[in-house]
Amino acid sequence: MYKKDEFVLFTWNSKLSASRKQQGCITVAGKTLYDKLWEAHLVDQRDDGSALLYIDRHLIHEVTSPQAFEGLRLAGRKPWRIGANLATADHNVPTTLLERQAGIEGIRDEVSRLQVKTLDDNCSSTGIMEFGLGDERQGIVHVMGPEQGATLPGMTIVCGDSHTSTHGAFGALAMGIGTSEVEHVLATQCLIQQKMKNMLVRVDGELGPGVTAKDVVLHIIGVIGTAGGTGHAIEFGGTAIHSLSVEGRMTICNMAIEAGARAGMVSVDDTTIDYFHGRPFAPRGEHWDLAVQAWRDLVSDDDAVFDRVVEIDAAAIEPQVSWGTSPEMVAGIRGRVPMLADMPSETQRQGLQRALQYMGLKEGQALTDIRLDRVFIGSCTNSRIEDLRAAASVVKGRKVSGSLKEALVVPGSGLVKKQAEQEGLDKVFTEAGFQWREPGCSMCLAMNADKLGQGEHCASTSNRNFEGRQGFGGRTHLVSPAMAAAAAIEGHFVDIREWGN
Amino acid sequence: MQALTVHTGLVAPMDRANVDTDMIIPKQFLKSIKRSGFGPNLFDEVRYQDEGQPGKDNSKRPLNPDFPLNQERYQGASILLTRENFGCGSSREHAPWALEDFGFRVLIAPSFADIFYNNCFKNGILPVVLPAEVVSELFENLYSQPGFELTADLEKQEMRTVDGRSWSFDVDSFRRHCLLNGLDDIGTTLQSADKIRAYEEKRQVEAPWLFAG
Repeated sequence: MYKKDEFVLFTWNSKLSASRKQQGCITVAGKTLYDKLWEAHLVDQRDDGSALLYIDRHLIHEVTSPQAFEGLRLAGRKPWRIGANLATADHNVPTTLLERQAGIEGIRDEVSRLQVKTLDDNCSSTGIMEFGLGDERQGIVHVMGPEQGATLPGMTIVCGDSHTSTHGAFGALAMGIGTSEVEHVLATQCLIQQKMKNMLVRVDGELGPGVTAKDVVLHIIGVIGTAGGTGHAIEFGGTAIHSLSVEGRMTICNMAIEAGARAGMVSVDDTTIDYFHGRPFAPRGEHWDLAVQAWRDLVSDDDAVFDRVVEIDAAAIEPQVSWGTSPEMVAGIRGRVPMLADMPSETQRQGLQRALQYMGLKEGQALTDIRLDRVFIGSCTNSRIEDLRAAASVVKGRKVSGSLKEALVVPGSGLVKKQAEQEGLDKVFTEAGFQWREPGCSMCLAMNADKLGQGEHCASTSNRNFEGRQGFGGRTHLVSPAMAAAAAIEGHFVDIREWGN
Repeated sequence: MQALTVHTGLVAPMDRANVDTDMIIPKQFLKSIKRSGFGPNLFDEVRYQDEGQPGKDNSKRPLNPDFPLNQERYQGASILLTRENFGCGSSREHAPWALEDFGFRVLIAPSFADIFYNNCFKNGILPVVLPAEVVSELFENLYSQPGFELTADLEKQEMRTVDGRSWSFDVDSFRRHCLLNGLDDIGTTLQSADKIRAYEEKRQVEAPWLFAG
């Protein structure tokens, strides 16, 4: 069915790129999961190639929505379908208990307080449901949505946040949108779209011990590059992907955008359906049976055709650490920072040189030699209960290295926090020397007080290692929760597979 | 939204690949609830030598003399020439707001990130994709010719130099139509309100659980 069309793409990890195959298609056949989701939501296909796509769920947060609500007001428009929207503040909220106890009024930064207050006001005046500060359901939108069953298989889901791709993990079409589109969705319940291409990233085989969903997705980005999925919806498939829990799949789809793809998705299986059973917003009774029947079809047909296919051998994936200023600048823990002389083009050589300078690293340096100043466990990528359990199991009975200035654990939602506390994980972390915080985006993007100082290195379970992302001059290394936890104990990166035995 | 048909302007360089939206406008400025005033903080972390904050007087901050937008020859630029994957990262529309507020109407790169690309069209900015070798040629022209200008012609879908060279570029017809006419696309969509309602009625029968909330 596939016409072999191999070509060489530059990758930061040339050793691993050998395992990558890329193929083009020549036949017309069945439908992909993306095709099915697209067709089910098509309101109008216009002659000019654009389409109106219906949006089932719109998640709203404080940072990208105020201008949209204002636009709506200025135009004298009202939300099209109030019940399709769900809001919570996450990006800009403080995470210390002291500041959180007094709710919005307790936020010290007045610019942040006004923004959180504005979300609250906009939700009250329009009647949109909001999980406010102090509500145990408040949390990072991409943790809160699935946890509530407010985002479901088969839905189209949008939010003014690029990590909305997270919700594709359960067979939904989920995309980040800009503020103009937030306003458009509020006003019309639709999005103007051009259909994307289909890409399949298939990860087959068994993941090694200590290798997690985060390592899989970092590895994929290292192979296909940060623009590898541009213009495509990526379906993550294969036995290794389907062996993951729904939370693991969320971690993978969350970072589809880091591979350039606006949407990432995983087809529905029993694991998906079990995950949603009984969640507050999930269908019940007769509706549940109907929904499950429909969700069973949310898989790509056997003869579906993808514009691109990338195959990855699960067994070859090592625990990953990003060393540079782009998520594609990543390598296995036993790897080293690349050499300038190995760069295939002048632009890439300059890119590497700039990254080395910013990160304060030397070419050829072993990743295990990177000394750390802070550790952050949290973000929409890795702040769910399984992430906290994985980190806690590494930390248990040990102490955070004295060389660290700070080690933070920020649960993804109030309910994750509560669950972790019921399991005693908070004690495990605090006894080891971690700080246990209130839910929010926190140091992932450092809009609040949680940030890196200039030149500081951080082992972070978040999703972006861009310059300044976690604070002005801060140096981010993206890793899994277990790798971050072990690094916190040692003060530098270690191979989780060999460590602690 | 401001329409754009034909735009001629001075070109400035941002000679890096993978310029992300955190670099275009750092997160601390996203606390604003307005959609204007981001221009002085465009590329803040590479443009100034200190850390920017909302409310800080930018005119008193130390400038990075190596950064092109701080150099005399690029003052008044309205076209930005850059490398692959410009605008990668977050969906923040504050990125095109900052570019537009600074005075950029046209961006040229071998590729753009999807969400950013889409956001540009909503704000009167034309992102033009040209082949990498053409972009490299334009960088050479730009560096060797002070006052280097380009003309972006959206009607003809053509980029032109003063000395008569030209390259055609692709742009999908809906986005082109909206930008040429400065259209509010919510108004356009609401003309299809009957179709949206008809879809909802059909969908409510097929998938009633989606309308339970």
